[in-house]
Formats: sequence, C-alpha cells, structure tokens
Amino acid sequence: MIWTILTALLSHWRRNGLQFFALISGLALATALWSGVQAINAEARASYDAAAATLGEGQFDQLLPRAGEVIDQSVYIALRRAGWQVSPVLEGRFETETGRVRIVGLDPLTAPGSIAPVGMQEDATLDDFLTRGVLFAGPDMAARLDGAVTQRVVVDPSVAPGVALTDIGVAQTLLDAEGQLSRLIVAPLQPMGIQPLATTAPDLVRQVAQDAGADRLTDSFHLNLTAFGLLSFAVGIFIVHGTISLAFEQRRGMVRTMRALGVPLSSLIWLMIAELVLFALVAGAIGVALGYVIAAVLLPNVAATLQGLYGASVAGTLQLRAEWWLSGIAIAVLGTGLAASGALWKIAKMPLLSSARPRAWAVASGVTALRLGAVAGVLFVLGLGIALFGEGLTLGFVLLACLLIGAALILPLLLRGAVTLADRQAHSAMWQWFWADTRQQVPGMSLALMALLLATATNVGVSTMVSSFRVTFVDFLDQRLAPELFIRIEDAGESPDLEAFLIANAREVLPLLSVETEIAGVPTDLFGVRVGPTYRENWLFLADTPDVWDRVEEGEATVVSEQLARRAGLWTGDPVVIAPDLTLPIAAIVADYGNPLGQALISEELFRGLYPDVVPLSFGVRTNDPAQVRARLTDDYGLPEAAITDQSRIKAFSLEVFERTFTVTGALNVLTLAVAAFAILMSLLTLASIRVPQLAPAWALGLTRRSLGRLELLRAVVLAMVTTVLAIPLGLLLAWVLLSYVNVEAFGWKLPMYLFPGHYALLTLFALMAAALAALWPAIRLSRTPPSELLKVFANDR
Amino acid sequence: MVLTVQDVTKAFSGADGDVPVLRGVSLSLERGETLALTGESGSGKSTLLHLIGGLDTVDSGAIQVAGREITTMTDSERAALRRSDVGVIFQQFNLIPSLTVEANIAFQARLAGTYDSDHATRLAGALGLTEHLSKYPEALSGGQQQRVAIARTLTAQPKLVLADEPTGNLDEATASEVLSQMLRLVRDTGAALLMVTHSQTVARRMERHVHLSQGHVV
Repeated sequence: MIWTILTALLSHWRRNGLQFFALISGLALATALWSGVQAINAEARASYDAAAATLGEGQFDQLLPRAGEVIDQSVYIALRRAGWQVSPVLEGRFETETGRVRIVGLDPLTAPGSIAPVGMQEDATLDDFLTRGVLFAGPDMAARLDGAVTQRVVVDPSVAPGVALTDIGVAQTLLDAEGQLSRLIVAPLQPMGIQPLATTAPDLVRQVAQDAGADRLTDSFHLNLTAFGLLSFAVGIFIVHGTISLAFEQRRGMVRTMRALGVPLSSLIWLMIAELVLFALVAGAIGVALGYVIAAVLLPNVAATLQGLYGASVAGTLQLRAEWWLSGIAIAVLGTGLAASGALWKIAKMPLLSSARPRAWAVASGVTALRLGAVAGVLFVLGLGIALFGEGLTLGFVLLACLLIGAALILPLLLRGAVTLADRQAHSAMWQWFWADTRQQVPGMSLALMALLLATATNVGVSTMVSSFRVTFVDFLDQRLAPELFIRIEDAGESPDLEAFLIANAREVLPLLSVETEIAGVPTDLFGVRVGPTYRENWLFLADTPDVWDRVEEGEATVVSEQLARRAGLWTGDPVVIAPDLTLPIAAIVADYGNPLGQALISEELFRGLYPDVVPLSFGVRTNDPAQVRARLTDDYGLPEAAITDQSRIKAFSLEVFERTFTVTGALNVLTLAVAAFAILMSLLTLASIRVPQLAPAWALGLTRRSLGRLELLRAVVLAMVTTVLAIPLGLLLAWVLLSYVNVEAFGWKLPMYLFPGHYALLTLFALMAAALAALWPAIRLSRTPPSELLKVFANDR
Repeated sequence: MVLTVQDVTKAFSGADGDVPVLRGVSLSLERGETLALTGESGSGKSTLLHLIGGLDTVDSGAIQVAGREITTMTDSERAALRRSDVGVIFQQFNLIPSLTVEANIAFQARLAGTYDSDHATRLAGALGLTEHLSKYPEALSGGQQQRVAIARTLTAQPKLVLADEPTGNLDEATASEVLSQMLRLVRDTGAALLMVTHSQTVARRMERHVHLSQGHVV
C-alpha cells in the first residue's frame, strides 16, 4: 500500500516537472548560499582554533615589552629564576623566494600543557624538535620553506595558516635574533609568593588573555556573513514555500480521491513528509555542492579581508568539514519543513468531503493581506522599541529581522493599494480589466515579490553601508596618510641621526612614537605626537572641545579613538588615566576604523617623559618634493630604498584590502538578487497553468494572444517596479540600522551615512530588467497558447 | 446481507442551527442486488451514500457493511473498509490526474492488495479502454473518464459498489452505454450496487428503487 501511495504522490511531480524543478532548485539555491557562508565561517573558525591551539593566542596571559618589539633573553631567565612559570616565544618574518613565512619559535618544555605545537608526526620526536631542528608547517608554508632552510620541514595541516613552528633556538637562528624573544606566555598557575612583575621585569607589561578586540571584530564579521546567508536562505525558501503551497493545492483533489478510496490520512501525511524529506536531502546535497563552489570562490577574498583588516590568519583553501555540510543538509530539511508546514496542516485538516477544486494558493488575499499587515505593524512597533531602547548586537539583528519580515508581510497590502489606485485612474475597459486582473494576481505573486523586496532592500542597505564606509575610509586615509613619505628603520641607534637629516630636508617630520598599554581597561596603542600643521589641518574629530591641538601640545589633554571612548564609556571632557601618574581630560574623539585596539594621543614631550627608552623607528615626512627627499635619503644618507614607502602605495594597499573586504558582500548581493529573479520566473511559470481560465474570457472578448502576452509582461514589470520603489526606503532604513546601531555594537564605531541616488536608480533598473527577463518566457508561452487550450475553458467536460 | 442501514439520522449545522438531512432511514441490500436511490435535491441521497461508504459519520443509527458495524469504527478502520469491501464511483470521476489510465485502474486494487492484472485487463477491454491505457485522464472524454473510474472500482472486487450520479455529467447516449456496461460488470462480479440518481430512466434499470423525501424513505 505504501508504495502505491508514494507512486501516486510522486507522479504529481513527474507530471509537473517545472514545479519539481522550482522546488529542487529553490531549495538548492537557498542551501547553497547558506552553506557557502557556513563553509567560509567554519574554515575561518578552524584557522582561529589552530592559531589558538598552536600559538596560545588569546588563551593565556602574555608578557610583552613595554617599549620596542623584543625582550632580551636574560629577562626571561630572570623571571624563571624568580619562579615565574613563563614560556618564551619568538616570532618573525622569514623571507623565501616564494614568499614570506611567519616563523614562531616555542619552547615545548616550558609551554603550557594545552599548547600543542604539533602532532609530533612523521617520526618527528621531541628530541628531533629540540636538537636537530624541525619546522612544522601546513602544506602551503611547507612548500615555501622547501629548500629555503636546512632544517627538516614536516607537513602538519593542524598548524595555523601562514605559520611555521619550530624550537625557539632554531627560530633565533633563522630570524637572526640570537638572545631575543618576542613575548612570554604566562602559565595559568603560578607559584605562591613570586616577586611582582614590576620588580623582576619592570620593562614588561602583562596582557590579559582573551584580549577581545580582534575576537569581537572577527566574530561580528562572521555574524554579518551568517546574517547575509540566512537572508539569502530566506529568499530561497520563499520559492520553496510558493512551490509547495501551489503543488499541495493542486493535489487537494488527489488527496480527497485517495482518502475516499481508503488511504488513511495518517499514512498520507507521513508519506508526504517522507517525500519532502527525500526532496530536501537531494536538494540539500546539490545546495551543499554549490555552496562549496561559492565558498571556494569567495574564501580567498574573505581570508584577505580578515588578514588585512583584523590581522586574523585564515587558510585560503577550503576543506570539506562535516560541521558545515551537515548544517547545510539540516537547514535544507528544516527549511522545507518550515515551508511545507502550512500546506501539510491544511491537508491534515481538510475534510474528506471538501471541495477538490484548488483554491487560490496565495498567501494573501483580502482579509489575509490585512491580517499580515497587522502582524507587520506589530513587528515595526517592536523594532522601533529596540531602536530606541535596545542594546547589544543580538538585539541589533532582531531589529533588522523585525524590519525585513515586517516589510515583507505588509507588501501584499501595499501592492493591492497601489493597484487599486491605478485602477481608479483607468478609463478604458481594457485597462480596467488589466488592473482588476493584476489585483487578482497579487496574492499569487506575493511570495516572489517579497523575495524581490528583501533582495533589493538588502542590496540598497548593504551597498549604502559599503559606499558610506568607502567615502569615510578614503577621507580617513587622507587624514592618516597625510605625510608624503614614510620611513622605517630597523636600528634604533640610527634614529637620532635620521631624524636630524629629515628635519634638515623636509617641511615637517612626524616621528612615530608608540607603546602598547592599557587605558581604562582597554588594550590601547598610546602615541606621542609632534603637534604641527599636519595634525592641525588634516585631523577631523567626531567630537571635540575648543583648542584641541593647543591643549594636547601643552600636555594638558589627550585625544582618544572612538573605540576606546565607547568601550570605556568616556567622551570629551572626561578625565582618563594615561599612566599611573598622568591623568588627562579627553579633548577630542577621532575615528580609527578597522583597528581592534584603542588609540590615545598625547604630546611628544609627555610621551618621552613617560617612556624615555622608546625610540622612533618610523617617521612620516611632509615635503613638497617627495622624489627629491627620497633621492637625498638614498643617495646622500644611504638609506635603502626598501625603507622608504610613499603615501600613494600605502593608500593603494589599504584601499585594495578594503575593496576585497566587500567583494564578498557584493557577490552575495548579486546572488540574492538573482535568486529573487528566479523566484519571479518560477511563480509566473507555475501560475501560468492556472492563468488560462482567467485569460480565456478576455481572449474570447477580443484581446489577441499577443496582447495578452504583452500585458502579462507589463504586469510583472509594474509589480516589480512598485516593489523596488518600496524596497529603496526599506534598504535605506536597513543601512541606517547597520551603520548607526549594528556597527556601534559590533565594532565600536559609528559611520556617517551617505546617499547614492545613481546607484539606487541603477539597481531599480536592474531589478526591473530581472523581473522583465523572468516574465518574458511565461509571456511568450502565453502568447503562443493554442486556441484549443483557451477554448477548453468554455467546454462543459473540462 | 451486504448492507444494512437502520434508523440512521444525520444533521448538518447551518446558520439557523442544525438542519436534519436524514430522519431515521433504514434499508438493506443483498449480495448481487442493485438499488436506485432517488429523491429531490437536498433529500439526503448523497449524504446517505457517504455515510454507507464511511466517508462521513452518523448522528445515530447503525450501518453494517459486509457484516461489520461501521458506525463504531475509527477513521483508519473505515479507510480499511473502503479499500477492501466498498467501492465508490463519483459523479466527478475523481481520477488521479498524474497517473496513467492503467495506473488509475490498478490503484484501488493495489491499495487493497487484491490486484489481478488479468482481471484489470479484462475490465479495461470490456469498457473499451484498452487503447487508452497509457494516456493520462486529461486526454480522455468525460465518458471515458467515468469508464476508468468504474474499472478502478471493479478491479478491486468490492462487495458493495456505491455510485453517486455516475452518469450525471454525461450526455444521454453515453450515459446509457456507460450504465449498461457498469450494470453488466457489477453483476459479473456479484457485488451489490447502490446508485444515487435523479433520473427515473436510470432508476428503472435497477432491481429495486428507494425514494428519499425530506430525510425519510417513502
């Protein structure tokens, strides 16, 4: 019996191939976008975990040099003798012919237990590691090191991307840093009564574990990607929902007949569920495969973004990880369940003797549209409440959900309203019929139009955010990269001579004096600045008090970054403790986009007083003739060419990193819009079969089939246009939430919002073209419908 | 006795409260017997047929089909009864549009586990459907579709055939032909036939005739 019922159920899809294609492809597309994003996230998380496991990043407290970049090995020995359970780490860049490798030297004998540098595989023993010299690296880095080092290189995929691990002694040799260390890892358990750090190693600062900066940024980046993936999935699910609803409505007659012939309702429902689960598994598998392709294409850009903006290393190649492909299959099944639950419920509750004629399958008609509109109203009020009183990133996303779902739900009501208005303006009989017929089509196309609304609004919102970010970022780069040349030297002893030479040859010299410290509980870079025309003319403030630079120059105030101010709950005028004996009021707040650390600026004089050992190794140089200064530096002073970077190169590099960041969202934007266009195409094609009885009377009364086809095309474009026009304000609202709410919660800074009317016009045109293209084939099919098909409508035995 | 209906009542709720449709109807039908159930619109003919087929439930009274009391059966038990002992032929044919004629004919017998392909082939031949077996219902005329519905019911070899205006949608000549074929085949299988009809011509071709008026047998 089960096979007989299943055969009958499946025969519906065999006879309605287009519907089946819409169902499978909608679900596969939805799953593809979701699982693609999940694949990227899983890969990135695996990279972070590898970094944490192998390097102890974020897991343990660390001791860092208060000034400069290295710790003398004698300091480490002194700490060990004083009882401190610390383990040395040396890091540095190692140049090979095929690129750089980050060498990390560890001491496996003193490293805390959970730092497992390597799997000790391929017969590489601890003895090997310590005495003969072995480097462990992932396949990419191992290939780079091949032939570049004399030590044996063991391939270990569990090593963090971009890194090669080795014994500290080997690292010191490779990096030419004998007796030097980069940092010390502090074991969680320390003996009782050890001497305080300030006594044993006063030049070191302790950085607590879980320095949240980069974590929060990468987390929010992934959260943004996840939200995008979920939205794309939702758009795909609209297609699935529409298809399943239509298919189930068309099968009402079959269900009634089967029940009348003795099929138990429970068997029928279970077999329908089994049928859908089977489809979900097939579509989910296709979707996961497509998602893999999307992720493989996008991952290099994501990796570049995370490295460039947040300094987090992510492997640029993709692995098949069970966590994401299983989540892809699972969400395909769950999504199908969600999309089909209403239809299954209706079938379960349908009386055996009910009418077998398919009812309007639409989501919204008349009262339903009003009811959905009321739900939308509730969501808008909830969203407004969150916008006014809510805090936290999660609530930010709830606010976005309220906006988007509310807008989707109110769409049928607004479309009906717009069509009714147009109807009132119509004078000829044909246009009256056109508008009346369009109103009748609104429910059937609602789901596809909702998908278009969400896709277009997301496009407007995200592109507004990205473009606003771009404008702000370019201004920010102009401000921060004002010096025409940047010079970096390695030898601190050379610094005074170079500075004197620069002062003699340049208009203005800006030494880069900085230390990593903690201000108001926030890890912060503290800068000592030489206040001059560059700062006074170029720096823009988000908030300021009078005479900012005069007060900073006099050592009476500090300027802090927005991230530091927001995280510490400070603003202009508030006093902030810069160092144990120095408290200054905040004179101004500056933007510092993309930096996970806080930033504070004090005068050069104050800084040198606090940190007399810090010597500037980098300088910004203002000059009217960069080429001449560059020539003098290389020819007269003897500085290597590589030590000089001009502003345009740094700016170009920064912009390139930035552009790659948003390649990912740009690609997802296009994909989401394509899915929406596909939704329109599928709705029109599936609706076409039930359109014939509605169009046949108009044909019989004198409209040609060609005219009917043209009007169908026009109808789709008109509905798409109204939807797109509604999507623009929704998208701008979305952008506002992203820039002013989500950004502040996620990244700690607020971005100004700019409008880009040209882009919106282009997007509207694109959306209309997508709708027209989607409607073209159904319209052509309609214009070629044989008269015999149309005549069947009037036959008694139809 | 294949069918016994005793003192059955049924009412439907309407805007002005419950509307009684059947007011204590009783009748019986023996194996191989044919009975026409006539009456004006709203007299309760189709309702009675639905109750006998287990498609709906009585308010009071008893109905026995093939010796089993169906008014106390669960939904699943009534479904099982329809698969094995009762065949229903509807005015609207109610074929499964996505199955071929051949699959439609076999459908109920396969559900019941009584499918006999030779028997099905013979029935299809007797009803003039042999050349249409691979077609889908939409390609057939109304008369042909009703013949498929009859073949579907009789292939399952039910003890009781219930027919609700089976020729109501057909022209006079086709109706007469379909009716003749149906009566002949029902007699061949030895099943009892209860047919709801408006037509006195059709009713006269049955062995017995029961007229319903305002929910009573008259």
